[in-house]
Order: sequence, then C-alpha cells, then structure tokens
Amino acid sequence: MQQKSTLEQILRGVALACVIFFFMFPIFWILLMSFQTNETILRVPPSMVFEPTLTNYRSLISGTLEGSTATLEIKFMGNLWNSLFLSVTSVTVGLILGVPAAYAFAKLKFRGSEDIAFTLLSFRFAPPLLVLLPLTIYFQQLGLADTYFGLIWVYQLIVLPLILWIVRGYFEDIPSDIEYAYRIAGHGFWTTFRKIALPLAGPGIAAAGLLAFIFAWNNFIFALVLASADKQPVTVGALAFITAAGINYGQIAAGIMLSIAPTFALALYAQRYLVEGLSLGAVKG
Amino acid sequence: MSNPILQLKKIDKFYGPINQGFQAVKDVTFDVAKGDIIALLGSSGCGKTSTLRMIAGFEEVSRGGISLAGREVHMLPPAKRKVAMAFEGYSLYPTVTVRNNIAFALKSSGKSSTAVGKSVEEIAVMLEISEILDRYPSSISGGQQQRASLARALIRDADLYLLDEPMGQLEPQLRTLLRGRIKHYIKERGLTAILVTHDQTEANALADKIAVMEGGELQQYASPEEIKDAPANLFTGTFVGEPPMNVFAAKVTTASDALIFTLQDESDLSFPQAAFGETLRSRILAMGQVMLGVRPYAVRRHASGVQARVVANQWLGDQSHIAAEFAGGALVLVEHDRADVAEGSDIAVHFDPADLHIFDPTTGAAVSHGAKIAS
Repeated sequence: MQQKSTLEQILRGVALACVIFFFMFPIFWILLMSFQTNETILRVPPSMVFEPTLTNYRSLISGTLEGSTATLEIKFMGNLWNSLFLSVTSVTVGLILGVPAAYAFAKLKFRGSEDIAFTLLSFRFAPPLLVLLPLTIYFQQLGLADTYFGLIWVYQLIVLPLILWIVRGYFEDIPSDIEYAYRIAGHGFWTTFRKIALPLAGPGIAAAGLLAFIFAWNNFIFALVLASADKQPVTVGALAFITAAGINYGQIAAGIMLSIAPTFALALYAQRYLVEGLSLGAVKG
Repeated sequence: MSNPILQLKKIDKFYGPINQGFQAVKDVTFDVAKGDIIALLGSSGCGKTSTLRMIAGFEEVSRGGISLAGREVHMLPPAKRKVAMAFEGYSLYPTVTVRNNIAFALKSSGKSSTAVGKSVEEIAVMLEISEILDRYPSSISGGQQQRASLARALIRDADLYLLDEPMGQLEPQLRTLLRGRIKHYIKERGLTAILVTHDQTEANALADKIAVMEGGELQQYASPEEIKDAPANLFTGTFVGEPPMNVFAAKVTTASDALIFTLQDESDLSFPQAAFGETLRSRILAMGQVMLGVRPYAVRRHASGVQARVVANQWLGDQSHIAAEFAGGALVLVEHDRADVAEGSDIAVHFDPADLHIFDPTTGAAVSHGAKIAS
C-alpha cells in the first residue's frame, strides 16, 4: 500500500462521502417516507422529524389500502410473488439456454457464429416499445398474452443476451488446451463441458445470473403491456397506489422498499461477482 | 520397420476450406516404430505442432489418414485414441493441486488410490517436483508447471506420448538432467513418444529419429547421425547443425586430373578427380552450377588453402568460432583450441573433399556427401 498524505486521505473521504450521498440519499429518503403518513410526507418544508408508523407496511401486507374516502383492495404481495416467480424462472430458462449457447459461440467457431451472437445482442438495442406493439398482437393471436409462459418468453429478450455475452467472455478466457488435456485423458465432449468448462466459468455464470435477475426484476414495460393485474410484477403493481383519491406516497415508498429489498440484498451479497462479471466478461467479450 | 505403431499417410492440413485455405501441413508421410522417440524439428510455423495436434485429435485431418496401434484413429475423438500429451502451455487444471493434476487420468482409469499415489510420488521424484505436489498451479513457476504437465502425460498408460516443447521453460542444467531421465523412463518402459521441438540439441539428445519440417513439408526423416552426415537437402543441411553449414555457389569445370569449383569471387577450389567417383563426377559436370556445403567443424586452416579475411574470432570457453570473409560471402569455422588470429588478418582455409556436401542449386536436393552419391 502506498503511503498517502493526510490531506489526500481527507479529500478521498470527502469525495467518497459525496458519491455515497448522491446515490444513497434517495433510497434513504424513501426509507424515511415509508414510515410516514401522507400528511407528514407532504409537509413544507420537509423535515426528518416525525412519528414513525407501520401502517404503510401493514396495509401492503394485509392487502387493503385505507384511503380517506374508501377502502381499496391491492395485491401487492401477489405482485411481489409474481416478480420473484418471473425473475427466477426467466433467469433459470435463460441460463439453461444461454450457457451452452455461450460455450458454442466461444469455443466452436462455426459459420455465421459471430453474426448470430451479434443479432442476439442487438435485441438489446431496439427500444422495447418498438418490439412490443407487434409482439402484443402476436401474443394475443397465439393466446400467450397474459400468461406466465408468454411473459417468461419475452423476458428472454432481457436476460438471454446478457447471459450469453458475459458467459461467452468467460468461456473464451479458458484456454482450450485445458479442455483438450481433459479430453485426451479419455473423457468425452459433454463430460469435459461439465467438469472443466462449467466450473471454470462458474464465477461468470453466477455474475451473469445475478445481473440478469436484477434486470428482469426491474423490468417494467413488458409486464405493463403484456400482463393483467394478477400476473403483474411489483414494478407495474406500484401503479395501483396512484388512485383517484390521490397518490399514496407512504405506501409507494413502502412498496419500493419491499421490492428493492431482494435485489439490494442480492447485490450486497454478491458484489464481488457482479463487479468481476462486468469488468472481466462483458468488456473483454 | 515391419510393424510400425503409428503411421501418418499423406497428411494434409488446411486451415479454411480444402485447397483454398492456408495449408499448414503438406503431404506428410512417416512411420514410427514401437519404442522409438521421434523428434519433430523445425522453426515456428513449420507445421510440426499442427501435425502433433492432428495425431492427438484436436485438429481435423484435412486429407490422408493416421493409424495408431492398428486402429484408424483420424476420425476418432481424442478421448478414444489412447494418446497422452504434454502441452506447450502446460494447461494444468487450475482448480486442483499439482498432485491431483498428475493423478487425474489414473484415478478415472480405475487404479487403486495407493497405486496411483505411489506412481505420482515416483514420477515427481524423477521430475524434481516432489516439493510442490500439494500446491496449486497458479502458485508455482512456469518451469514447475511444465514439469507437472509432463508428469501428467508420462504417468498415463497410452499407446503414444506426445510432448509439445516439453522442456522449453526449464533452466539449462535442469534441462540436461531431465533429458537423460526422461529418455531413460521412456526407453525403460518401451514407450513410443513424439516430441515437438525447435531445439536441435534436445532433438539430437532424445530422439532415435528426427523429422525435419519446413513450410509444412517433411524435409527429412532419419536418425540424428544421418541428418548430420547426409542432409537430404539444403534446408536440412543449413537448419541442423550449430553453427550452421557454410554454403557457396560454385561453377564446376575440369582440368587435366582436377575438378575445379570456381566460387563467386573467381577463386578456385581444386580437388583431385579421384576424390569423386566416376558417376558423381560426370553428374556434377553436367550440372555445371552447384551449391557447395561444408560444416564449420570441417573447415581447416592450412597453408595450401584459399585466402579468407577474419572478421570475428570468439572463444566460447571450449571452442573458437572464427567468422571470415570468403569468396564474396561469409564462412564460419570452429576450432577446439584458442585460435591466435586477429580480426582483419588473413588466413588460408582448406576443405577436404570428403567433407563436401553438394546440392542442386535449383531444387536444393542433395547430390553427394563426400564421395557418396545421395540417394
């Protein structure tokens, strides 16, 4: 470690604090909001002093929203479950399809492999709305609109290119001779893939899976257009808090806290993998 | 060679489409007898590694066939060929210790773990890696990784052992020591091995036969002695041998009882006709132009010789390398004692006709070695 002067250390501390403040303050503010009622939230000037209340969380979990004029039914917990189900299933499907494909693109150079890989990536370039319009029509005709199956299918547009390109970079980093060394010792193609390639690309696969999970979880537009209320994830479900009687900021804040909790926890837990996955795999690939 | 264990039959390798892509290996044919060590010798890009990888099965054979121990293997996957290989880039499994790297193949072959452990210890002693058996590949040096990779190949029970630059990373002392041990190990067990190298000392020391390759073609396939004494063409002549063979273009004429080679600067080398046989003499005369080759060890200083001017004189501790300007080109001669000649001084050099190698200047093929006509 290099010796640093006191001034430099102080400046670094200040700079870090600024960055943390910039990114974390909104989340911190929402956390505070989630423990307040609409009245205290909308005070002018805003204040950090208030009497915390758990009503927001209670109404989200119980599913009834006590408005000033009427009681509203919301399915927030259902939405949370939908988010979890859609994301986990999409990522699982994406990994099952994407990892072998990534291996093929990395190791078995075949005619047109570059073009196909790029085409898959280009799905990420198109604005989702552009894709959605024709897709909605097809899905309605095929009977896939408003089904989990259809949604998971569409979610592949998000997770598959991501998994493919990150994992491909990792596979490319494995020297082919290590696999050859294993194969020449009497092992077949599939055993080598399972025993050598998969474990060596493990961190990359984990990172790609985590990132894909976060992207899928945060998706809004596909679910908004293609899913009805009972299949909506939290991102879309949060719209229900904007009611005719007004916007329930407290519940929205509590909803946000509940919905970012899984990804937040995941990101904290797997920080190292995520950074590695992005800096090693995607950039090099 | 009545019963070769390995046969390469007219092997072609194209990278890209056949006949259009880059041709790395051209029409290579040779047989390997059981128990022999063969060295594939050549400079980088000569096709030696491609040939080795085709035998291993990592590269497809574009044309031709390979048979190993009576099986046609060129269409089989690597796993089914019964071949062991030590890789140039070591390619150890990074997630397991050196010991497990070496034991890997043996374990899955169903041997008892005590037997496997014993073999690993034995081979580790031979290759001087006993101390690092429980370390991981990433924490040991390149030379150690190379020996671990070599151990992983040699410990196996295979029909053929392929060693790709197996000692490139080792220090000179260790290399000499291990060369002897590895040769002993292979010979003692009657194993057959093919070694790829660009180091001719290694090829000479280890191999029973050397296959010299250049430009994807097999130039010569013979014992180290034969390659030294009777190189098949100009390439082999100048490639094998340290320092390399001296080569001059010469015009051949005859005068009374002498055969006269006129060099580029019009100086004459005159030899008695009797030194060359009747057939050879007429053949050389018919060609008119030849390439003359002479090994640096065969050049002697002698008062009756042709003039040359010394440009460098290096004493290497056990021999002198003298470089001189000669006949419009450069000449190197080697002497075993310290030579007392200063730079810029004139010396007279003499060649014995028995040491002359004559090559065809257009094809490069050898015509004769001394008085012996090349086959």
